Amino acid sequence: MHQADITINSITKIEGNAGLTVKIQDGKVSDLKFIISDYRRFYAHAVKKKPIIAVPSFLSRICGTCSVSHLFASIEAIEKSQQIEVTAQTKILRRLAYNGLMIRDHALHLYFFTLPDVLGIDSILQISDDPADPGHVLLHDSFDIKRVGTDITNVVIGAAIHAPFPTIGGFIKLPDPSKFPELIEKLEKIRPQVIRGIQAFFKWDKTLIRNSDYMCLRNDREFNFLEGMIVNSTGRKIPEEEFHTFLKSVVIPYSQAEGYIFSDSHSDYLVGSLARINFNKDLLNKRTAQDISEVLTAFPSNNVFHNNLAQAIEILQAVDDSIEILKSVQVSPEPPIRKPPQAGRGVGVIEAPRGILYHMAQVNAQGMIEDYDVIVPTSQNQINIENDLKKYFDENLDKSEDELKLNAETIIRAYDPCMSCSTNFLKMEITRS
Amino acid sequence: MEKKKLVIGWFSFTCCEDSTILLTELLNDHYSGWKQLIEFRHMKALQMKNSIEGLDVAFIEGAISSPSQAEEVKKIRENAKYVVAIGACACTGRPSATRNDFIDAELTEKIKWYMGQFDYSKKVQKLDEVIKVDDTVNGCPMNPIIFMSIVNKYLELFHIS
Repeated sequence: MHQADITINSITKIEGNAGLTVKIQDGKVSDLKFIISDYRRFYAHAVKKKPIIAVPSFLSRICGTCSVSHLFASIEAIEKSQQIEVTAQTKILRRLAYNGLMIRDHALHLYFFTLPDVLGIDSILQISDDPADPGHVLLHDSFDIKRVGTDITNVVIGAAIHAPFPTIGGFIKLPDPSKFPELIEKLEKIRPQVIRGIQAFFKWDKTLIRNSDYMCLRNDREFNFLEGMIVNSTGRKIPEEEFHTFLKSVVIPYSQAEGYIFSDSHSDYLVGSLARINFNKDLLNKRTAQDISEVLTAFPSNNVFHNNLAQAIEILQAVDDSIEILKSVQVSPEPPIRKPPQAGRGVGVIEAPRGILYHMAQVNAQGMIEDYDVIVPTSQNQINIENDLKKYFDENLDKSEDELKLNAETIIRAYDPCMSCSTNFLKMEITRS
Repeated sequence: MEKKKLVIGWFSFTCCEDSTILLTELLNDHYSGWKQLIEFRHMKALQMKNSIEGLDVAFIEGAISSPSQAEEVKKIRENAKYVVAIGACACTGRPSATRNDFIDAELTEKIKWYMGQFDYSKKVQKLDEVIKVDDTVNGCPMNPIIFMSIVNKYLELFHIS
């Protein structure tokens, strides 16, 4: 392909909407734009002058699929601003609920959005109704897996989307432990299905390697999505509070979402499951590590499609961690910790399904928000995605336009981007002139 | 002759897409049944090939933030026999319309830049401020029981069983 304009108006099978335009001149990519073009809602501005107690629930509305991530990051930021240290029970119940989110969210992406790429079809709606068909088996596995993830969040925090029970300082309603044995039984039942999914994604031989830098939370004690230091490929290790200084924001004029690069090296980077398994596979639950030892030899990996495999592994990690918690946790009556409001600044950094999520709350002495900031994973991955696409197009211009478009979408989907978080819409155009 | 199915489109505008996520949850239990009764002619969350032509029912979540979104939703209305507003942002505008309360003097430079760079409407609108809406499924996310009753209502209306 020597000269062309290629357009994908709307990338499908992702959360939210985005697009891509590619200009090809003299047999080379002269311009490529990954465009997040949905309209911003300016929620970080909307919470200014609002009482802190109302803020986490409101900000969970940033995203439908990872609303629990925004809820927990906001609660953590505000608790830190108020110097509230929550109890061990609150921490372990949050961790349990978060496992439910990871199971449901990863399964949605892997099976509903990515599985058709693995099977070479357009949609799960085209999967055979024959119960012996491998695609049919995996899809119906996913219904069971997603359902259990949702069951955990329903029991522990009241809902999978915009959960009502978590609040600043703890829970307004605690889970009923009599429901835990049934959850354990369900988790054990889906375990073989989860492992079948891991094997399916392990066998998928799709490859795109660009030696990205990575960044994630690492907690040296355990695999933990909610607590840890921030680590990156160059060996830097920084506390959550310094996260913002670690990054440099980049205005992308054609995109409604800012991009980010490292402030020191100015290089792009990847956040998400691939980063987490690359850096933290030694911390996986022992049962998880034992049952997928062969699969884990694939990591550390620079293949962006292994982000999908890493998500599948994290489902098993969340299943096994949940079983352990449910078998050991004791739930005692415990009201949320409340303190008179005080002026302060707090940072909450957690691992959302798609990578590091940052919330910062500046609160005044009356307990009102003075300033608020949110940095989401898809914004951080935006420049990395664009550079991956440039590499792919540069190396594959001999392919047909249809194949280029399909593979471009597949690469973008591998990141599991969420435009609702970073904002909302992808359109692809390829111009050959 | 192939049995008539209910031809639906699912569309998302400015929102968190929580009702789309809830719909994917409902598919855990209704995938096999709906495949026999419903043609998903437009649903970007599930497929690459989509069309807005000849829809029996368009389900639309999200508020309308711009003139281009308003044009798009009007085209959907022209192509659909019925339109159902899905979730709080489509039904009430909120919380996506929170920026309608912003005071100009308090806007940051960053917000002004985005508002100037892209075609934001002065006010975010709920769906029935832009097009005629036949039914609503309120909730944040949508109430699944009401949604199921609306789906069943249209299956009956089009004599699909």
